[in-house]
Amino acid sequence: MTEQNFESAKSSLANSEDEVATSVPQSERADVPDISGILDQIDAALEKNSEEFVSGFVQKGGQ
Amino acid sequence: MATALPRRIFGIETEYGITCAMDKHRRLTPDELARYLFQDVVDEYRSNNVFLPNGGRLYLDVGSHPEYATAECDRLADVLAQEKAGDALISAMARAAEAKLASEGIDGRVFIFKNNTDSSGNSYGCHENYLINRKLDYLTHLDGLLPFLVTRQLFCGAGKLLKTSGGVVYVMSQRADHMWDAVSSATTRSRPMINTRDEPHGDSDLYRRLHVISGDSNMSESAMLLKVATMDLVLAVMEAGLIPTNLRLENPMKAIRDVARNLTGHALVQLQDGRTLSAIETQRTFFELVNASIARFDWELTDLHRVALTMWGQIIAAFENGDLSDFDAILDWRIKLQLLRAFQEEQGLDLESAKLAQVDLMYHEVSADRGIYNLLLTQGRVGRLVAPAAIADATITPPQTTRAKLRGEFLSAAKSKNTSIATDWMHLKVNLPVERTVSLPDPFSAQDERVTQLISQM
Repeated sequence: MTEQNFESAKSSLANSEDEVATSVPQSERADVPDISGILDQIDAALEKNSEEFVSGFVQKGGQ
Repeated sequence: MATALPRRIFGIETEYGITCAMDKHRRLTPDELARYLFQDVVDEYRSNNVFLPNGGRLYLDVGSHPEYATAECDRLADVLAQEKAGDALISAMARAAEAKLASEGIDGRVFIFKNNTDSSGNSYGCHENYLINRKLDYLTHLDGLLPFLVTRQLFCGAGKLLKTSGGVVYVMSQRADHMWDAVSSATTRSRPMINTRDEPHGDSDLYRRLHVISGDSNMSESAMLLKVATMDLVLAVMEAGLIPTNLRLENPMKAIRDVARNLTGHALVQLQDGRTLSAIETQRTFFELVNASIARFDWELTDLHRVALTMWGQIIAAFENGDLSDFDAILDWRIKLQLLRAFQEEQGLDLESAKLAQVDLMYHEVSADRGIYNLLLTQGRVGRLVAPAAIADATITPPQTTRAKLRGEFLSAAKSKNTSIATDWMHLKVNLPVERTVSLPDPFSAQDERVTQLISQM
């Protein structure tokens, strides 16, 4: 199963590798300004009270 | 004649931040929330510290941080899939926790952040593990790695809005300001960039485990790939004895902070011999060194190593040309920067605004629908390296070319036969009817007759 999984990872990379070789994938470059096109969608998924949400996220003791 | 790049075991440990938003109930503490998150795990395993059939380890760490350690991987494709599998598993735990809360009449949303800081400046890590040759005079080489580690945030930094005495600024790395030592055997207390605790989880006559603590958690698959692949290549150079000794940093902690604060890559790092190098020049030096070693030893690279090496060179060139726009949909700190700028422009927000801080946090949320990075990924707005099917597979299937395969098969068999067992990275143990333990000191070995026998006796 992982063989398949490696193959599928490889094949999706084979494309990106060609594109990477000529700098950066065109499709990805064209996508950048599109972030503004989904700001509303992102905004809608955010918690309404940003201040409370952000300041309430406190978690001590990580490494 | 071409020789394969030396085989290496690597793995990633990710600590996640957790929080929730409640509609009518008070917000749960991290401790309370973690209990909901781990309830299914505890019900199934009677423990909140378990090895999984995919060979990885899932546990509740200090501070109620869920932590997932990937299985031992020796292929880059596997480490990417296994890391993403951890995100998928933890995301599923969050959905289950929400359902349990709802069943108790508590309506709310559970959030899991794959980042490295909470809102008040506490930090948690993403630790990388690389198996290295024991024969090497290890400690004398580590200082030579620091210039690389301090400056690699140029491509694997996850970006962050940082509160400073002079106001909020955007910095390249989440972890830079939380490093308090360069090389040490402690983790929480002094939090060094490289931890030297000698736990190889393998034959200690042959191996050491290099434990790197300074890295950011990555959402971007390209950044994940670059982080592990470049380190793997630099370590191959180190094992060949070719890491330069004339690049010692005068003050690694100052250097990592300075580099984080200069988004152009032109931050200068001070060397012990009095010279200064920019972050870009430092990366250029290591990039050339790796390429020279590849040519000298005629190392044969895997496809993914080649992809990473090419991209590494392109990123350095982009910094040199002062135009990173080609990487605005590829590297975490660039993607997040575009996102924050877009919100700023559209809504007229300043950097101090809670809304932008929330966007910064939500970039790292691991769910498919609420997490901003994952939203961009689903819509094809950022690059993808790992197929969704490969990630789903990696949640249940271990890497097939390392010891993880044996552990995964053992755990799957124990699960289906309901056998009482115990496991750690190096041992597989059946408790009943007779206690039997198999020790697996070779992490590169995916075949072992003793494990086959152990399973057949379950």
